This record gives sequence, structure tokens and C-alpha cells, in this order.
Amino acid sequence: MNDWIEIAKIDDIPRQGSRVVDLGKADGGEVNRIAVFRTVNDEVFAMKDKCPHRGGPLSEGIVHGGLVTCPLHGFKIDLATGEAVLPDKGCARTYATKVEGGQVFLRLA
Amino acid sequence: MATLNNSLVSPFSEHPQGAGRSARMKLVLVGNGMAGIRTLEELLKAAPELYDITVFGDEPHPNYNRIMLSPVLAGEQTVEQIVLNDRDWYARHGITLHTGKRVVKIDRRKRFVEADDGTRADYDRVLLATGSRPFILPVPGADLEGVIGFRDVADVDKMIDASKRYQHAVVIGGGLLGLEAANGLKARGMDVSVVHIGDWLLERQLDEPAARLLQQSLEAKGLNFLLKKQTAELVRGESGRVRAVRFKDGEEIPADLVVMAVGIRPNTDLAESAGLHCHRGLVVNDTMQTYDPRIYAVGECVSHRGIAYGLVAPLFEQAKVCANHLAEHGVARYQGSMTSTKLKVTGIDLFSAGDFMGGAGTESLVYSDAAAGTYKKLVLKGNKLVGACIYGDTLDGAWYFDLLREGTDISQQRKTILFGQSHIGDSGHGPAERVAALPDSAEICGCNGVCKGTIVAAIRDLKLFTLDEVRAHTKASASCGSCTGLVEAVLAHTVGGNYSAAPSKKPLCKCTDHSHDEIIATIRDQKLKSMRAVFDFMEWKTPDGCPTCRPALNYYLLARWPAEYQDDAQSRYINERAHGNIQKDGSFSVVPRMWGGLTNPRELRAIADVADKYQVPEVKVTGGQRIDLFGVKKTDLPAMWKDLSDAGFVSGHAYGKALRTVKTCVGSQWCRFGTQDSTGLGVKLEQMTWGSWMPHKFKLAVSGCPRNCAEATIKDFGVVCVDSGYELHVGGNGGIKVRVTDLLCRVETEAQVMEYCGAFTQLYREEAHYLERTAPWVERVGLAHIKARVVDDAAGRAELHERFKFSQQFAQIDPWKERAEGAAAHEFNPIRVSA
Ligand SMILES: Cc1cc2nc3c(=O)[nH]c(=O)nc-3n(C[C@H](O)[C@H](O)[C@H](O)COP(=O)(O)OP(=O)(O)OC[C@H]3O[C@@H](n4cnc5c(N)ncnc54)[C@H](O)[C@@H]3O)c2cc1C
Ligand code: HEM
Ligand code: SF4
Ligand code: FES
Repeated sequence: MNDWIEIAKIDDIPRQGSRVVDLGKADGGEVNRIAVFRTVNDEVFAMKDKCPHRGGPLSEGIVHGGLVTCPLHGFKIDLATGEAVLPDKGCARTYATKVEGGQVFLRLA
Repeated sequence: MATLNNSLVSPFSEHPQGAGRSARMKLVLVGNGMAGIRTLEELLKAAPELYDITVFGDEPHPNYNRIMLSPVLAGEQTVEQIVLNDRDWYARHGITLHTGKRVVKIDRRKRFVEADDGTRADYDRVLLATGSRPFILPVPGADLEGVIGFRDVADVDKMIDASKRYQHAVVIGGGLLGLEAANGLKARGMDVSVVHIGDWLLERQLDEPAARLLQQSLEAKGLNFLLKKQTAELVRGESGRVRAVRFKDGEEIPADLVVMAVGIRPNTDLAESAGLHCHRGLVVNDTMQTYDPRIYAVGECVSHRGIAYGLVAPLFEQAKVCANHLAEHGVARYQGSMTSTKLKVTGIDLFSAGDFMGGAGTESLVYSDAAAGTYKKLVLKGNKLVGACIYGDTLDGAWYFDLLREGTDISQQRKTILFGQSHIGDSGHGPAERVAALPDSAEICGCNGVCKGTIVAAIRDLKLFTLDEVRAHTKASASCGSCTGLVEAVLAHTVGGNYSAAPSKKPLCKCTDHSHDEIIATIRDQKLKSMRAVFDFMEWKTPDGCPTCRPALNYYLLARWPAEYQDDAQSRYINERAHGNIQKDGSFSVVPRMWGGLTNPRELRAIADVADKYQVPEVKVTGGQRIDLFGVKKTDLPAMWKDLSDAGFVSGHAYGKALRTVKTCVGSQWCRFGTQDSTGLGVKLEQMTWGSWMPHKFKLAVSGCPRNCAEATIKDFGVVCVDSGYELHVGGNGGIKVRVTDLLCRVETEAQVMEYCGAFTQLYREEAHYLERTAPWVERVGLAHIKARVVDDAAGRAELHERFKFSQQFAQIDPWKERAEGAAAHEFNPIRVSA
């Protein structure tokens, strides 16, 4: 489970934007989607594509600084930690990423 | 005399930032009160690592909410409840706190301050926030025991103590503070008389009729009033305590306790002894800097442009500006504030702001119902509101205050304005008492489902003071805003008021201090053509903006430089990025354009085929006379658009801040009432305007006669055909607050309709603030302005129309076709991985 999965080239992800990685159906039958973000400084972060507030699709939010703002009710989520920025509270699950030779890798464990 | 320098003088270059803990600068705050601590809070947000901070306060308490001393006196709250920053807060932020120590000296040469017990602290910068103290009338006996001011916890303790042992209290001064003291002492069981030199109470806040109503209600609560009375002497009793108050006319009343509430004086002793220039307060410039560039000052001790403020809202604004400079951001300026007042006596509601007395050159609108105990006076100058004075039902106070500050043209609302905002729209207003009486479970904000209990708890627990803070923490009033009045009432009920700073201008967002108008003008005048250029030139405080400013800037740049600016998809909301409306289950809806609501069998067949092919779960005719396909999967969008595009459809932009639809009626072609070809004209208008990006959504309609079946008078731009030509109507809205259009003018030909429409649309595109619909825009700038630009100035109109047509060259590219051909494919295709 500690394997790095190669998912895309960094330029496949728009700067200040995101892509969704679709992992098919998880055990519970719920579709498992991970949002992979690229910041203005080309850092890459990954987290579950589900807002801790009411499950909004974080991948469709606006990325600014090290944050993404959920499109539904505007929670701001810290891309590095998954934590909602105060005063909001909640945490989205994050995943490790790395970029090597322009290639983005994701680790699910 | 030296002139004050507005820009930050930075003599601190020998302290490089971030060079380790030991190199931190030292900041000393003198005055552990509301303005000083607020400045520290703002500073810690902006530059948490810049200073080692030491705080001196001569009261034994950590910072508390001075405003709430009145409810504490009245027994409605306790001192513990009103502490704003407990000692733990200071510890958490590494702040050295000295309570009970009075700073008596500032050595500006050696740079240290010294307290009365000898404690010293070195500084690089000092912040003086020493507040003010009660003014004690210089009459004989003023120094007797039992004679006090009303300023701090110690005063409240003395009053509570006196109320247990004595009977007669006299409050000198019938202003806000005096009345709150009197009310509290009464609640503590004393017999209270209020002595006032003026003709009526609160003459700085109320006119005479309103003050009389107030006096009646207070008398009903058991208070006694002596107006037009001048105090001559406080009489000494046998024990050495005050025994009575004697007036100039010889009358004498018994008094075991005298509270002086006749005004405050800025506390400038320390500043003066340090040789800082003071004149009715410690003089500061627009950056809150005193004549010594190392010494800043905020709060009631300060005199800014000749004004010393005595209310919290402006002080909090000063705090923000001062923190910006202490943090060495160096961009903010304090330009003075407009203030409004409320009295915190339970059961009594009054509100006043601006020039409420009126006078030469003004007119007054007055509504008075003495039996119901309500009174309202609005003072107008020209077509603007300049003052308001309300007694009784004050829920509309905030709305009037907004109209006042923004200088809104109210000529259109003259007939209804006295009845308040609730009269104009469905805003769920009711009297303040009703809010107080609501159960905690009552829903206040319908959009975000926030109930009263949640808001009250947040205000109490998180020490919120302003509407914006309540919005940020609870999401109440953060969406449509129609519950704003209620939320403010809850705030007022819980902490005594909405202490929103009232700047004369509002910044676009927290990333900048500039207003929308300044940004629009700078983009134009400085020829800024990219977002980066705006960030750099206008000194944005964040590296790449936020979800508020980025979409706004993207729009402003696009509207100003249609040929040159490269649209930034990442600065658009998801609906505009994906060119569809995201629905609550994450699916999208697709609305193809139907010109003027016209269609034909071939088009209908194509839509039906598409609906079958992609298994669209629901098909509906919209209110905008076209067909909506609901429940489309994001991944299907490009293929579906391709099919629609092949059949000749373009996007209906049903998802964007853009031209939506042109609604038309049957018109002269078929209808027996029709005067002109309304359908045909609608088609032409839609062909001219489609694809245009706007500050907000924009809807048109054309009706063939005044029966107005297309509802043109609640549209952003509506045409009503008449025998002699066309009536053009603007600024209507059918949303939460219905607003009927204003008549712009009448024209004779279709060509004129097209030109006026293009010109009006372009004026809105160039001047409105992002996310401002035409209705509030027309109300803000005034119909007269729009008429001057679009109707009276023929050359200007032609230019506006030309600019609109020019920008349309670049806008009328169907986004669906582009995407069907492969543009922005990443937006629609997930990366598939099987785990
Ligand atoms: C009873 C009451 C009701 C009020 N109600 C309202 C209201 O409804 N709405 C409103 O907007 N405003 C209200 N105000 C006014 C509001 O409280 C003040 O405007 C505000 O507190 C001023 O803040 P400040 O920091 O300038 O001064 P303060 O809060 O007074 O803080 C100054 C502090 O500095 C200390 N200090 C002074 N000199 C020294 C020194 N040399 N060394 C050490 N410490 C020193 C003082 O002891 C004090 O603690 C009310 C005030 C009172 C007293
Ligand atoms: C004095 C009042 C009115 C008269 C005499 C009137 C008359 C008509 C007539 C004759 C038609 C049918 C034209 C045709 O199909 O041949 C029509 C259509 C229509 N009217 Fe009115 N009307 C009136 C008021 C209104 C109002 C107030 C509204 C809406 C607010 C309205 C909405 C419509 C609509 C939507 C249609 C189109 C129906 C359709 O084609 O589906 N009408 N009207
Ligand atoms: S607005 Fe007049 S012309 Fe148009 S459908 Fe209604 S009645 Fe006929
Ligand atoms: S679901 Fe993300 S903010 Fe509500």
C-alpha cells in the first residue's frame, strides 16, 4: 500500500487549478475521488474531493495561495493539512504527493 | 511647524525581518483597553513574528469590553462575562502583561518607558492607547467621597456598593452614558434623578420630539428628570460624604451618590509629559503616527484631523490602519469615520446618525405616532439622505445608515423611504423586541439555515462585534443578505450594537484596501492588462488574491481590455469554468439559447434527440422561454455540446454573470393588441447582446404593448412597445427583492432601441461593481446619471454603443463549440486509476 502511483504530468493540471483522480468504486459503493491541486507556485497537493462541511466538490473550487475555497458554501481548506481555515471547522483527508521529472505521483496509504 | 508625513518613516532598517528571535523589535503598548488590544490582535494576524510585545495597563484587569459596563451595572451581565482577552490570551501570544501599573514616563532618547513602580521596558516602537477619563465639573465639593465618574470596573464596583448602602443617586449629564448609569442604578434599587443642563435629553443624538418620547418611557421606568438645571455645588454631609446637590437657582436635592457623566477628556498626560504634540487629544496623521515616528496612538486619547472619537467603531478602524503600519505593510490610511449611536437600555430603542437636526438647505420627512411611541425623522439634502433620528422601531437604522454613507440617490424612494426597507422588499423585519423574544431555535438566516441560538453562542463565545465577524463565523446573512436586519438585531441584543467600522469607503476584499471604483479606474488609467499587473501595481496583500477579488478582477480586465486580456479560467466560479450550472448532486444542466424564445420543429427534434441520447432525466421549459436539460454528467458535457452545436445551438449562458435571455411576447405578428413586432425585436436584441460578460446576470424582455405579457418592467433592460414607438425601462429585478424598472426614455425606431440598449449595457459593464445587479447599481449611481450618459449625451451614447459592439467581437465565440472541439478538456475528464 505504500506505493506511489503515477497520475499525470504536472502540466496536465492547470496552475491555480485541479484535476480529479477517479479511483472507481470503493468498498462502500461510494465513488472514490481525489482532487489533486496545483498552486500558483507549482506545489502539488491531494485530498479527498469532499468538503468537510457538506461534501461539496473541492476540485471545483478556486485555488488561492495554499488554500482552496469550496464552491458550495465557501469553506476555505488548507491544501497542505486538509484543515478548514478558522472560523470554519472540519478536516478533509489529505494524501501524499511528489513531483519528479515533471511527473506527479500520489500515495494512497 | 513640521508637517506630518503620511508615508511610513522607517528608521528601522538595522532590524532585518526574520533574522531570528533575538533580532525581533520591541513594541510597548501603554493602555490595556479596547483600542490598544484590538490593534495588537490585528497586528498579530498580519505579522505575528515581528515584535516582542509588552503591555502596560493601570487597571488590575485584562482587557474587557468597556461598553458592557452598563449591563454589568444593571445586573444583566457579570464582569467575568465581559472579559475580551483573558490572561491566557496574552500568554499564548508571548505578550508580557503588566496590570495595575501606570506608565509615568517615556524616555524618547534612550527609548524606554517606565511605570509608577519602577518597571521599565525598552522599545523600538510604542503604541499609546490610554483612552480618556470622565470630565469632573469644577464645582465646590467635586472631590467629596461618593462623587465618581462612570468609566471602569472600579467605578461600577463603587456604584454597586453605594446602591447597597444608600438611597439617593444623582446622575449629572443626560447623555448616553448618564442615562445608562441612571438606568443601572435604578435597576439596583436606588432613587435616581438625572440632572441635565440642556433643553432635552441626548441633544447630540435626538431632536426634541424623539427625546420627549424617550423621557416618557424612562419616567415610566421610575427615573426622575431635572432639565435646564445647572449644578452649583455638591454639599458635604457630616460623615464627609456628599449629601446633596445644589443648583444655581438655589434648589437642593438629596444625594448619597453623584455620578458625573458630562463628557470625557482624552488621557494625554503621559504623551504631553513626553513632549508629543497634543491638541484636544494626541495628534496623529492618517497612519496613526504621532509627531514621533516611533510612537503610534489609537483610541479615545487620539485627535485625528481635529476629531477625538468616543465610540468603538471608529477606534477599531484606527486599530486596523495602525496595525497595518506597525506590521510595516505601509499601505492603509485612516480617513475618519461617520458614527451612529444606540442607547443600551433594555426595552428602549433609539438610533441616530448624521445631521439629524436638519437646517438651512435641508428638508425633513417625519413620521410620528406618540401613542405607539414611535418617531422617525429623515433629513434630506437634495436627493440624498444626510441624517436620521429614530425612536421606537429602529430595525431600519442600519439601512438608513448605509444609504447615508453611500450617498445613495433616494429620489425614487421618497414616498416610501420613511416606512423602511421592510416596506420595499421582503426582508423579514420586525421590531427589535420581537428578536429578543425569539426562542433560540428560531431560524434567522434561511439561506444557510442558521438559528438564533447558534448566532448568540458564537457572539458570546467568540467575542464577535461586527456583522462581518458574525457572517464569517456563522454564515448567517452571508448569502442573500435579506436577514441582515435580524442578525444585526441579534447582535445588538447580545452585545449592545453592531460595532462595524464605518469606513467612508469599502475595500473590495481583505487582499486590498482599494475600493471597486478605485480598482476599475486604476485598471483603466494605468493600462493594467493582467491580473499580475493589478496585484503588483496596487500592492495586493496576498500572493494570488482570493475567491472574492480574483473573479472581480478577471471581469474588470475583460470588460476594459476585450481584445487584449486573456481570460483566466482559474479565476472563475465553477459554473463559468464548466459552462454549466452545477446542481446539488454534482451534475450539470444544459440550456441552449433560443433566440427571443423562438424555436422550430427541427430544433425541438434536435433537443429531443440529445435528451434521449444522453438519458437526460428531466426536461423543463424555463422562465426565460427556453429549454433546460437537467442532470447531465460532467463527463458527457463536451459530447452533448458537440451534438447541440452541430444542430446550430449556442450556449444560453444560463450559468454565468452574463447576458441570460431576452424574453418576448407574441407581438403584432399574431396578437390583436400588438403594436410592434416584439418577438422580432427580441431576436435582434439577443443576437446583439449574447455572449457578453457582465458584472452580474442580465436579462432583457420585449413586450408588444403595455399589457406587458413579457414582464419587461422587472428586467435589467425592458422594452414596452407602444403605438408611437418604444418605451425603454431599466434596473428592474424579479428576485428576492422585486424592483420595478425606472423609465429611461421613449424612442421611435428599432435602430434606436438597439443603440440605447447597447449603450446602457456598456455603461453597466464599465461602471457597476462586480456582482452588483442593475437594480442596486441604478439606485447607487442614480437614474439621473444614467439618463445623462445614455439619453442626453448623443455622442457619448454612440461611443458606449461602439465599445459594446467592439467587445462583442471577442465575446461572441460559442464556449460550447470550443469545448466540443477539445478546449479545456482537463476540466471534464478525470484521471482514472484503479486502486
Ligand atoms: C459605560 C460605558 C458605556 C459605553 N458604551 C458604548 C457604546 O454603547 N458604544 C460605543 O461605541 N462606545 C461605548 N463606550 C465608549 C467605549 O467604551 C470607548 O470608546 C472605548 O473603550 C475606548 O477605547 P480605548 O482603548 O481608547 O480606551 P480604554 O478602553 O479606556 O482603554 C484605555 C486603558 O488605558 C489605561 N491607561 C490610561 N493611561 C495609562 C497609563 N499611563 N499607563 C497604563 N495604562 C493606562 C486605562 O486605565 C484604560 O484601561 C462606552 C464607554 C463607557 C464607559
Ligand atoms: C390587460 C391585461 C392583458 C391582456 C389583455 C393580455 C392579452 C394577452 C393575449 C391576447 C395573449 C395571447 C396572444 C396569442 O397567443 O394570440 C397573451 C399572451 C400572454 N400573456 Fe397576456 N395579457 C394581459 C396581461 C398579462 C400579464 C399581466 C402577464 C404576465 C405577467 C401576461 C402574460 C402573458 C404570457 C406569458 C403570454 C404568452 C402565453 C404563451 O404564449 O404561452 N399577460 N396575453
Ligand atoms: S404584451 Fe400586448 S402584444 Fe404582447 S402578447 Fe401581451 S397583449 Fe399581445
Ligand atoms: S460543502 Fe463545502 S462549504 Fe459547504
